[in-house]
Amino acid sequence: MAKSLISIRDFSTEEILHILDIATEMEQNKSQNILQGKVIACLFFEPSTRTRLSFETAANRLGARVIGFSDVGNTSISKGESLKDTIKMVANYVDMIIMRHPLEGAARYASEICNLPIVNAGDGANQHPSQTLLDLYTIRETQGRLENIAINMVGDLKYGRTVHSLLQALSNFNASFFFTSPDSLKMPDEYKEFLNERGLHYEETSSLNEYINCCDILYMTRVQQERFRNPMEYEKVKNFFRLDASMLEGVKPNMKILHPLPRINEIATDVDDTPYAYFYKQAENGMYVRMAIIAYLLGYK
Amino acid sequence: MEKKNNQLIVNAIENGMVLDHIPSESIFAVIDILGLSSCTNQITIGSNLESKSLGRKGIIKIADRYFKNDEINKIALVAPKATINVIKDYKVVEKKRITIPDEIEGIAKCSNPLCVTNNQAIKTKFKTVVKEDTVEFVCRYCEKTTDIKSLKIIPQ
Ligand SMILES: [Zn+2]
Repeated sequence: MAKSLISIRDFSTEEILHILDIATEMEQNKSQNILQGKVIACLFFEPSTRTRLSFETAANRLGARVIGFSDVGNTSISKGESLKDTIKMVANYVDMIIMRHPLEGAARYASEICNLPIVNAGDGANQHPSQTLLDLYTIRETQGRLENIAINMVGDLKYGRTVHSLLQALSNFNASFFFTSPDSLKMPDEYKEFLNERGLHYEETSSLNEYINCCDILYMTRVQQERFRNPMEYEKVKNFFRLDASMLEGVKPNMKILHPLPRINEIATDVDDTPYAYFYKQAENGMYVRMAIIAYLLGYK
Repeated sequence: MEKKNNQLIVNAIENGMVLDHIPSESIFAVIDILGLSSCTNQITIGSNLESKSLGRKGIIKIADRYFKNDEINKIALVAPKATINVIKDYKVVEKKRITIPDEIEGIAKCSNPLCVTNNQAIKTKFKTVVKEDTVEFVCRYCEKTTDIKSLKIIPQ
């Protein structure tokens, strides 16, 4: 079976570091024709413009051509075609499939029914491994290392798959964690147990100010209204987890603010001009990391 | 006297298998897992029998049929303490214990409604994780864990 990237756990620590090294190379040389003649399918069974553009640009910058669809509106899938048939058909045409699907496990299934590398660009609330890799890349770029990072995760820590995957990945690098969230959206026990088992340190708080001055990375996430049954509760929480420039006076000089974007209002625009804001560069890094993922799975180095 | 009662309830068989120490609430799940509802052999089913270790237990006797180990081990999902007696000529010639398989395929449903296996025609696959006194099932696809209480058996 071809090597695929479905879950961040599919890659060993060595492989992760290797991908990050290739990504650094890609950042230094943003257009390379190493995949000339290859055709890559980008199948977005669920729309995500940001992720799709990042992957498609990455493929194009490597010289590959891209086919696919950005939503299922006008395809045979809307007429009831099974995932199996769509994948089997497309697999005959291309060298790699990058896919996003609303159902959890869809990408793993695709990797079993065809002999091509599959890149999971998100399967429901399950996995989105290129996001985790670009987060690691960005952390390493800003701190010069991945080991012993103090990271403060803020926002929806209960449902946020981004923070869960990042937590798992950083657990291989002796990170320490601060979890900042409303009481109703705390980090689930299974992840805290996971850290306990590995002897990694964490603290929890519901105040954004509490650990803001002791972290290297402030990882902000969206708190979505649909997570709250009571709209009043959401209004309260929303402003409580809003970061503005005045809160950054005592932070570590090397501290950087990351966010998987899009943001709603959890980071005030006056933060954008501080030396701590790094989320635009983080999004840009996504393209280099995706170039590295595509190149690596197609046999580059 | 007690022994006589038991024999009255569940008749001995000449050849076949006796599955004993099945929790009473799992008896129908075992029937589903082994596909016994479409089996034409003589089958005797006892439920809510008294048992020292289980309180109430179920027992299934299947005449003239011997399940292979990997078939019978599937019932570990719902009856991890079951014992299997292989009967030949009215005698127990072999006693087996159930072992929980590392992986199970196509027997149970994933409890995650958004799992691809619940929305497309895909055979389920789980890795079993044995905890202190229970078993958990990690879905190969959605990676979510289903505990034994939420496990729904797909009739075979
Ligand atoms: Zn599942």
